[in-house]
Amino acid sequence: MLQKIYDWIDERIDITPIWRDIADHEVPEHVNPAHHFSAFVYCFGGLTFFVVVIQILSGMFLTMYYVPDIENAWKSVYYLQTEVAHGQIVRGMHHWGASVVIVMLLLHTLRVFFQGAYKKPRELNWMVGVLIFFIMLGLGFTGYLLPWDNKAFFATQVGLEMAQQVPFIGDELKTLLAGHEEIVGAQTLTRFFAIHVFFLPAALFALMAVHFILIRRQGISGPL
Amino acid sequence: MSEEKQQVSRRQFLNYTLTGVGGFMAAGLLAPMLRMAIDPVLQPPSEGEFANVGLAVEDITTTPQRVDWQIDQVDGWYKSKPGKTAWVYKDDNGDIIALSPVCTHLGCVVSWEGSESHPNQFFCPCHDGRYTKDGVNVPGTPPLAPLALFEQKVENGMLYLGKAIPREGA
Repeated sequence: MLQKIYDWIDERIDITPIWRDIADHEVPEHVNPAHHFSAFVYCFGGLTFFVVVIQILSGMFLTMYYVPDIENAWKSVYYLQTEVAHGQIVRGMHHWGASVVIVMLLLHTLRVFFQGAYKKPRELNWMVGVLIFFIMLGLGFTGYLLPWDNKAFFATQVGLEMAQQVPFIGDELKTLLAGHEEIVGAQTLTRFFAIHVFFLPAALFALMAVHFILIRRQGISGPL
Repeated sequence: MSEEKQQVSRRQFLNYTLTGVGGFMAAGLLAPMLRMAIDPVLQPPSEGEFANVGLAVEDITTTPQRVDWQIDQVDGWYKSKPGKTAWVYKDDNGDIIALSPVCTHLGCVVSWEGSESHPNQFFCPCHDGRYTKDGVNVPGTPPLAPLALFEQKVENGMLYLGKAIPREGA
C-alpha cells in the first residue's frame, strides 16, 4: 500500500533523487563510532540539531497556553505548569533543552576547533556556525524573560543595561530592545516574545540550512 | 542602428526595470514594518514630570526623612501607579536635598542611620554600603558612586520631585 502510494508520487514528480540527496550519503569510516568509538565527537553537531528540534516542538506546544502579557504571562505559565496534563514535562523539556543546546553547541565547536576542521575550505561554515551561536544566545536571553517572574525581570534588566554600555548607540539599542526608554514592561515582554518566537527562529532556520548545505557540498573533514 | 547607441541592451533594460520595480515593492513592504519596530527609539525623550510627594517644605528638617509617593506611569497600553521613595532634608544653606534610596552598588534600598554602628550615614543592608549625609559614598565600602539626586521644585509650599539623576562616581 505504502509502496503503491510512493510509486504513484514518484512516477509523477521523480521524488527518489530528492530524498537520496537529503538522506542517502556516505558516512566515512573515521566519523563512524561503530568503527572507532572516539568518533562519537562527530555526533555533537547532530545532537545539537536534535535538541533544537525538541526546542522547536516543545516551544510550539507551549504557545498554546502562554500569553505574552504582563498581567497573564506568569499566570499562564503557572497554569500550564500545574494544571495542564504533562505541561510540566513540556515546559521542562524547553527549559532544560535551552541549556543542553548551549552545551552541545559548545562541544561541537570545541570538536571543530581542536580538529582544525574550520580550516580551508570550510571557513565560511565556521562563520555561519558562529552566527548560529549568537542566535542561540539571543534565543536564550529573550526566552528567559517570558515567564515574567522576578528572576526573569531582573535578568532582563541587567541584560538591557549591558546593551546600554555599547559605545555610541547604547541608549538607542536598549530602547529598541526594551520598547520603552525607561520601563521594562508590557512592551518589553511583547517584543521579546516576538523576537523569541518569530525573528530569531526564522534567522536560525536560514542559517541552519546554509550550515547543512555547506556540509553536503564540502563533505566532512578528513581524519586527523 | 549604430553600435554606440546600443549602450543598454533590451535585456539589460528589462533587467534594470524589473530590479527597480522589485526593489520599490520590497521597500514599500518593509518600510512600514521597520518604522513600526523602531518607533520606541524615535519617541521624544520623556519630559521630567514632577509629582507632588505630599510633603510641605516647612516640614522638611535637617534630618533626612523618608518620603513615599506614587507616580502615574504609562507603558504603552498599560497604566500603573508605581511607588517611589526619596530621602529628603534641608542642608546647612537651607536648600532641599532629595536623595534616591537606590544603592549605586547593586540596587538595594538604603536608609538613613540604617545601622546603629554608623550614625549620620545612609546604610545599605545588602553589602554594608555607606554614604555620608550628602549622599556621597564612603570610600572603602562597596558603592562606587554617590546616591542619585531627584530633580525638584517647590509649588505652593509643597515639594515636587521628578526624575532621579545619577551622579558621577567620586
